Formats: sequence, structure tokens, C-alpha cells
Amino acid sequence: MKIGVILSRVRVEEKWLFESLDKRGLDYDRLDDREIKFNLAAPGEWMKYDVVLERSLSFGRGLYACKVLNSLGVPTVKMATVGEICGDKLSTTAMLHQCNVPQPNVRLAFTPESALAAIEEMGYPVVLKPVIGSWGRLVSKINDRESAEAILEHREVLGNYQQQIFYIQEYVKKPGRDIRAFVVGDETIAAIYRTSSHWITNTARGGVGTNCPVTPDLNKICVEAAHAVGGGVLAVDVLEDEDRGFLINEINHTMEFHSSVPATGIDIQGKVIEYVVKVGSSR
Amino acid sequence: MATCPECEGTITLKGDVQEGEIVVCGDCGVDLEVISVSPAITLALAPQEAEDWGE
Repeated sequence: MKIGVILSRVRVEEKWLFESLDKRGLDYDRLDDREIKFNLAAPGEWMKYDVVLERSLSFGRGLYACKVLNSLGVPTVKMATVGEICGDKLSTTAMLHQCNVPQPNVRLAFTPESALAAIEEMGYPVVLKPVIGSWGRLVSKINDRESAEAILEHREVLGNYQQQIFYIQEYVKKPGRDIRAFVVGDETIAAIYRTSSHWITNTARGGVGTNCPVTPDLNKICVEAAHAVGGGVLAVDVLEDEDRGFLINEINHTMEFHSSVPATGIDIQGKVIEYVVKVGSSR
Repeated sequence: MATCPECEGTITLKGDVQEGEIVVCGDCGVDLEVISVSPAITLALAPQEAEDWGE
């Protein structure tokens, strides 16, 4: 079996993945996303791969590489369709809704005026998120009308058209933490609590990870959420609501896990590679 | 051992350093990418974080 690994940088996660590949004696190539190129009419070397693990830091590069590879019949982890859904918060919300997976209430609007009206309907506080973005960038908690007006005005003058798509999420009063769960195939293999005194709990923004037991309820909702967006290797962010229980916040398709392996003791990279081999074997 | 291309400070790297890894210069704090490890370790300024980077 020949495996390709598309990457931008060798982070801790990639080092661990390479170690897992080496440990299993698997044949793989490192493919730097700054150097790769595709010719759909003459794919050449790309056809030698039974499966490609996509670990690009860039959403765009990773997504389009997977699109090309999938069109050539080369399976990828994740598949392009999954990247498209998970990379867009509104698409994720729509798929979760379609599959009846519990999530926070969301409103969508296309102008600052209609966004303000939607926010006022929901009541403060709310969370305004870019539909495409990661690591908590430009995610804003809006506590009152004056803040809403200011933030919506700022969003309006940002150059990217996606900043004019107003994704407004109910603010869930979480208990100083959220849950990051790792789904591989049909199983939630590990989970951590991400605790922070700040309302944004991303570990990339200073949240601290500790082990979270994977209960049957947590496993069920995370696997349902992963399947709703197409499945594979996914990190599911879960909020705990006092009345409604678990709610799916976001799903990440190129997951980081450097703080989760020491917190959980689970060999996440090993499980990912086993899944990659399974996908490659079924080609 | 390698030299920072920004400040020419000396950087000591672990023996298992890999191409594509990011290291930080202890003198000036800049992010550096390991461009090659053989025959000698070469470092270059790491790419700036782009708008679509993330998970």
C-alpha cells in the first residue's frame, strides 16, 4: 500500500503520525502543499497512492487537493465533501439540522440590518462567527445592541465577501469548559474538556485540556454528528447545556491533537493511521 | 547547531529535527522553518499564518 501525506508544516501531530506510519512499516510520501501540482488529464504519479492523508494547514489547499484526488478515484482522509461541509459553519449547521443532531440555535442573515434584527430576536448575548475560519478568529460574543452595531459595521468593511454572511449563534452558558471529542469511523476514541476562564476555550487560544470520559451518550451524539457531515476522522466540539444536554458546536476536519494525547493517554495518531490503512485497503 | 537568518543568532536543535518543522529563535523570537537537515541544517523564515489556516 502506498500512502501520501499532504502537509504544510511538520507539527507535533505530523511527527507523531510519521512515527505511527514508520512503526507499522508503511510506505508513504510526504507531500508539501507548497510544491504539489495537479494535471487532471495526466495525473501521473498521483495514481500510485491508495490513499492520501490530508493534513494541510490551509483550508483551501487541502480542500482542492482532495477534490482533485477524489475525482481521480484516489480516496482521501478526509474526503473533499466532508471538508466542504466542515470548513463552512453554515453547511455544518445545515447537515446537523437535516440529521436531527442537537446544536445551538442559529440565525443567518446577509446584511448588517437584517443581522441586527436577527440578533435582537434571539436576545443577548449571541456569538457572531465567520462561516469560514478557524482557531477562533473573528469569533465575537455580542453582549448588547451597541456592540452589535459596532461589530456588524466592522464586518461590513472587511474585504472578504464571506464576512457579509452573518452566522449568528445562540450563546450557550457553558460550565467554563467545552468538550473536544475525536471520532474515527464509527467510534469516539477520546475526548478532552477544554477549560478556560475566557469564553473561547480553543486550546489554540489558551484553553487547558484534561481527560473527559467518553460516556455512551457522548459517543452517540459525536458519532451521529460525524456521520451527518460524511464521517471519517473528525474532531467534534461539544457544548454542555444545563437543560438540553450535549449540543454540537463545530466539527473540525483536520484535527489537532497535541494536547489531547497526553491528556487522555490515547494513541490518537495510531488510530488515525489504522483508519487511513482501512480506507486505502478498500480502494 | 544552525544560524538564524534574521539575527544570525546560534540555534541549538534536537537531533531528531525534521524538514518542515518550525523552530523559534531564542535570540530574536522569529519563527523559522527547517528547510534541510542534510548535509547541514538550513533554516528560513517561516511562512506567515494565512487567513484560511486552521483545523
